Amino acid sequence: MAGEEHRGAAAERGPSGGPGVPALEVVGIQKWFGSVHANDDVSVAVAPGTIHGIVGENGAGKSTLMSIVYGYYQADGGEIRVGGTPVTIKGPEDAIAHGVGMVHQHFMLVDTFTVLENVVLGVEKGYLLRSTLSEARQELERLEREYGLDVDPDAIVGSLPVGLQQRVEILKALYRGADILILDEPTGVLTPQEVDDLFRILRALRDQGRTIVLITHKLREIMALTDRVTVMRAGRVVDHVATAETDRAQLAAMMVGRSVLLRVDKEEAAPGEALLRVESLAVRDRSGVLRVHDVSFTVHAGEIVGIAGVAGNGQSELLEALAGTLASEQGTIAIGGAPVPAGGRAEAARAMRRRGLGHVPEDRQRMGLVTAFDASESGVLGYHRERLYNRGALMSRGAVVDAVGSTMEDFDVRPPLPTLRTANFSGGNQQKIVVGREMSRSPDVLLVGQPTRGVDIGAIEFIHRKLVAMRDEGKAILLVSVELDEIMSLADRILVMFGGAIVGEVSQEEADERTLGLMMAGERADGAEAAGA
Amino acid sequence: MKGFGGPTQAPTWVTHGLVPLINLGLALVIAGIIIALIGENPFEALRLLVLGAVGYPEAIGYTLYYTTNFVFTGLAVAIAFHCGLFNIGGEGQAYLGGLGAGLIGLYLGHWPAPVVIPLAIACAMAFGAFWAFIPGWLQAKRGSHIVITTIMFNFLAAALMTYLLVEIFIKPGQQAAESRTFEAGAWLPFVHDVFAAFGANIGRSSLNLSIVVAAVCLVLFWFFVWRTRWGYEIRAVGHNESAAVYGGIAPDRAIMLAMAISGGLAGLVGVNEIIGVHHRLLLEFTAGYGFVGIAVALMGRNHPAGILLAALLFGILYQGGSELAFDMPNVTRDMVVVLQGLVILFSGALEHMFRGRIERLFARRARAVAA
Repeated sequence: MAGEEHRGAAAERGPSGGPGVPALEVVGIQKWFGSVHANDDVSVAVAPGTIHGIVGENGAGKSTLMSIVYGYYQADGGEIRVGGTPVTIKGPEDAIAHGVGMVHQHFMLVDTFTVLENVVLGVEKGYLLRSTLSEARQELERLEREYGLDVDPDAIVGSLPVGLQQRVEILKALYRGADILILDEPTGVLTPQEVDDLFRILRALRDQGRTIVLITHKLREIMALTDRVTVMRAGRVVDHVATAETDRAQLAAMMVGRSVLLRVDKEEAAPGEALLRVESLAVRDRSGVLRVHDVSFTVHAGEIVGIAGVAGNGQSELLEALAGTLASEQGTIAIGGAPVPAGGRAEAARAMRRRGLGHVPEDRQRMGLVTAFDASESGVLGYHRERLYNRGALMSRGAVVDAVGSTMEDFDVRPPLPTLRTANFSGGNQQKIVVGREMSRSPDVLLVGQPTRGVDIGAIEFIHRKLVAMRDEGKAILLVSVELDEIMSLADRILVMFGGAIVGEVSQEEADERTLGLMMAGERADGAEAAGA
Repeated sequence: MKGFGGPTQAPTWVTHGLVPLINLGLALVIAGIIIALIGENPFEALRLLVLGAVGYPEAIGYTLYYTTNFVFTGLAVAIAFHCGLFNIGGEGQAYLGGLGAGLIGLYLGHWPAPVVIPLAIACAMAFGAFWAFIPGWLQAKRGSHIVITTIMFNFLAAALMTYLLVEIFIKPGQQAAESRTFEAGAWLPFVHDVFAAFGANIGRSSLNLSIVVAAVCLVLFWFFVWRTRWGYEIRAVGHNESAAVYGGIAPDRAIMLAMAISGGLAGLVGVNEIIGVHHRLLLEFTAGYGFVGIAVALMGRNHPAGILLAALLFGILYQGGSELAFDMPNVTRDMVVVLQGLVILFSGALEHMFRGRIERLFARRARAVAA
């Protein structure tokens, strides 16, 4: 079988390529996108049988580099060597043929197929599936035994939890004979426990002589897992270091180019009156599935309440219901003591805004911005009807550009050009456009969803400081984030959501990763499973 | 597939000028080969086509008359596109627009022109808007796909008009399914008559004052789409519906508004044809303008300036093409349709075949210069 041949070849090339010969090496890679110099003379050598981390802020060029190695892009200059031999990689097929496999951030799986069918997809032989599938089943069982990848080959992929789906991706790569495995931001969607499992599998793979490249912006993972780290900034390699000889602060400083505050400085919260009160709220998503049930909580003036949870446990729907864009099935929402009418339509979102509610949505590209608009147009979304921006029937472009321009200055959007298309800003700067738009109006209640997703460290620091400043002005802030670090450092109180319900509340002082992690996985303190999603 | 920097940027004149010209050139090359295959000289054919379209005053008049129709239908398709809707019902909306103008012409034609003509224009727009509003409403409230419903409304419009003309409006005592001619109050003046009133003599053609309406529409379209909050809301819904809802913009209302405006613009074809040229109600005066409007909007990139140029091009093809069919015995009317089809194919359907490559070429050159 094809996989077998690659594996044979890979084994010869692998560690036996001689001591000191890197399993994977890129030398002097150059890559331009238009006028953006995405990779500037990038050289990395990955020793065989190690886990090598590549860290950098968004847009540092790490994903570009790996896309070149995997054949999605062609480098404008430089060389790729596998086991010491220069290779030409024109597409993922070539990469796989050279024993390089990749596990993407967004899984490339067919949800309605079984695990086995997904694994053989694209490498079937002959006209009938039967023989391929039975051979593959044996191979799959061997791989699972060897690396402790416990997945039922006959399970339908769509019904598996995210952590297991990721294992299917890893199995796919191994089945194709990958000797070098590239993982792009693999932990973004996992619970802390699933992350532990993944790390165990990756270590097992390394111990069996496979080589792993881990792309991430999470320093904790780098420190926990890797043997060596390459730090990238603005398309260039800053340094290569052995993980044992560095620490998080030093890596962060290298990534950003200056020293960064990893924790948020803030005073003790002084909560005032309840500004947002939610009582026995139940919400269905747009396909009619009950996502939130019986959720009650309050957010007071002058406090940040964090909602922790693994993505997909109802936080998104809760946030949307509070913002008015999703109808609530039952329960009440009150802002400043007065109940608001049930939402579900655009009119409700408008009414909420009038009541003094700001909303930084979880997904800026899907909801927070219109990427095809100028920044000035995106910068007034939701407020475009305000008198300030209109002169009779016409919108006053001058007023819009001026107002958004000054907000962009205040929120350090780079470049601060309101006439530039929204899509042309980097993710972090797009986020600052959204955050600026919602915060500059100083709403009484601010809903914030994943405020720093895909945002680089410098901007994270900035957004966190702004949130704390708003809290200190006596605003009520509800923060939803899947980043535990963010929740733990910002929130004064933490609510944990699992399966659509709030399964626990802890104060900031009591919060630690382990307790929160267990709650996020649905283990209540009394040991019972919380009601399922 | 992420994190690969900003999109490739090529100069505007390349994106909006060179690429459409190359597409047009290719269409002409293929058309030339076909003309050579049927035994005619392609260069002679091109000369006849261009001369037939702009070679003498009457020809220019007819070219602009066709252009007027294409401006209306091109803008109609474009406003729907801005809302993310594909309105292919321009044909039916134009038909109904003609009915609206015709009703005013038939029943109020004895009133003075300054009263009748604005009324006829308003009525044509209202009828066209109504005919597009129903599919818009069905899309917004019931989720019925706009492409399907607008196609069906084209058939409904054709059936309705046939019924009305055969059974009700037909002029007594004649075979042709046409109404009586309107009284003078419902005649939109021809441009040559207007010039003649000032003593200037230009060639006689079907070109009438509808072209002024078209010019006004082009300007208003720009203001509406890019300078009003309704235009803002329509574009927000077209680009990103969830962001629109988030921003308090109701997509259903934007959809119904965009469709009504779209139909109103298409309905103006009825003004040009019914009170501008024929001065009576008749069948099949829309002659495919509604469909060509799709190509005009695509080529014009949904911007009034582009739509004006694309409408001119199709005006030239229509007028020059009929002269060509007249002058060259082997080139039949159908051949001209093939030529128009090629232009639509290359500038519409295959629009992106060369765009990427050409833009990359220029983006790389621009970078080399910058570096």
